[in-house]
Amino acid sequence: MMNIEEYKGIYVFIEQREGVIQGVALELLGQARRLADQINDKVVALFLGNNISDKAQSLIAAGADKVICIEAPELEQYTTEPYTQAICQVIDEMKPDAILIGATTIGRDLGPRISARVKTGLTADCTKIETGENNELLMTRPAFGGNLMATIICPEHRPQMATVRPGVMVALEADSNRTGEIVNYKVNFNPAKFKVKILENVKEDSNKVDITDARILVSGGRGLGNAEGFELMTELATTMGAEVSASRAMVDAGFMGHDRQVGQTGKTVRPDLYFAFGISGAIQHVAGMEDSEFIVAVNKDKNAPIFQVSDLGIVGDAKQIIKKLNERLTKK
Amino acid sequence: MNIVVCIKQVPDTTEIKINPETGTMIRDGVASIINPDDKGGLEMAIQLKEQFGAHVTVITMGPPQADIILREAFAMGADRAIHLTDRKFAGADTLATSYALAGALKKLDFDLLITGRQAIDGDTAQVGPQIAEFLDLPQVSYTQELKFDGEKTFTIKKATEEGYQMLAVEAPCVITVLSSANNPRYMSVGGIVDAYQKEVELWGKDNIDVEDHNLGLKGSPTRVRKAFAREVKPAGELYEVGTDEAVGIIISKLKEKFIL
Repeated sequence: MMNIEEYKGIYVFIEQREGVIQGVALELLGQARRLADQINDKVVALFLGNNISDKAQSLIAAGADKVICIEAPELEQYTTEPYTQAICQVIDEMKPDAILIGATTIGRDLGPRISARVKTGLTADCTKIETGENNELLMTRPAFGGNLMATIICPEHRPQMATVRPGVMVALEADSNRTGEIVNYKVNFNPAKFKVKILENVKEDSNKVDITDARILVSGGRGLGNAEGFELMTELATTMGAEVSASRAMVDAGFMGHDRQVGQTGKTVRPDLYFAFGISGAIQHVAGMEDSEFIVAVNKDKNAPIFQVSDLGIVGDAKQIIKKLNERLTKK
Repeated sequence: MNIVVCIKQVPDTTEIKINPETGTMIRDGVASIINPDDKGGLEMAIQLKEQFGAHVTVITMGPPQADIILREAFAMGADRAIHLTDRKFAGADTLATSYALAGALKKLDFDLLITGRQAIDGDTAQVGPQIAEFLDLPQVSYTQELKFDGEKTFTIKKATEEGYQMLAVEAPCVITVLSSANNPRYMSVGGIVDAYQKEVELWGKDNIDVEDHNLGLKGSPTRVRKAFAREVKPAGELYEVGTDEAVGIIISKLKEKFIL
């Protein structure tokens, strides 16, 4: 039985791609800061890569008390085994109380591998993390396609591990007056276990935007689902300086790429303003947008479930409303 | 080549409703299906069987009624089916589930182990990588495409946020597959008949390589503290008015909220 009292610090895996720190890492630092302040603990950033140390200071500004900087050619690009070895060595030596990881294609590959190696619990895709009795983490996540929420605890094992979807937690304002410590850390790799080789990295569409960064989203669904509807949405988005996004229906119909899909199988967004045009509001969609600051929904069916989450609901024809709205806003 | 595919029986979550008063799921009349990502994995295995004469074993861990998905796998073209079932497995989280499955998989000889990326009931995407760790094998998750050189090297297209990655890995290895990787075939009529004549092997904890204290609820580091229907926030204002008036309302509301 492990003595869980020995385990200290909320650690955050800082995901970087080509040296660029990913937004989710800053969001997790913000949340870790809030949690650590509640339970009087420290926030530690786990920063892995190659030639990245010049960016370590920015993690202190984003909320970390300490940055463990692990630089090695083996960590230049993410592959499962070198990253797992590095983090497991840190866990063995430093005994973190918790580790938070972004629920990206990288984090969801890495998290379970680490949890099985150190034999601890991992809660996937959390949407909420709070502190409970004995300062343990209460990790809340959707299950059954977003139909049910479950709060998970990890009572007798450490570290408590969680992956968190991008766009869910809120980053702190960067504060260059914050102070902290940066340490360089060396890993004793076992290269015999490095068996996956990267042949090529391909970025498919340079026009891709991250809809989780958008302040205003103009989103469309089945009720708008043809080329004309899509064009109207795009016009309105341009007028408003917004991005377009969609429910699954529109993505499946091929009007938009999967990277713009909002919902349980797409992205979680929380813009200041979310327009839901012709979206019925299936739970799978709502799970990805309900935390938006202000939601305007337009749907023909006054019983559509989207009206249960919207702040302002309009029963009407989505296309007509978009057209008119765009006209009025362009005139101004 | 020997391939093992892990599959799971799941409720079709697109049809589940929640009883708002009790916060419990209404499963009545909701169909149970092969988890979509797992079915994509099974189709990938059967295509490799057609190309390279691979032998395909399917395995599931679950209650007695999960037998039906193994029959479906037979009807799609699987050669052997193992149903891992034991009361001692009950209440397992992903770690204890992976541990038990790995215990069974250690008894099998394979070049490629396939799981779905994630199951639609839990959406965790953890069991594939955790099995890989317990078996000490390399893993590639989010597999969109796989090519085999006929000797021992797999070339894998892995989906990423920005596009994809091409990876190479040698057998034996573990991959987790996306349902979008292919269109799973329907069961053939002959296959359906065969499916009920073939034998599903029933394995319990005594047939596999595991220690009791790592199984089921006892072997699970995580606990569900509570489960509940998602909070419903109070409904906002709803207007059923003409287009012009509606647009007027939207604009004034957005001004009031300082969004415009």
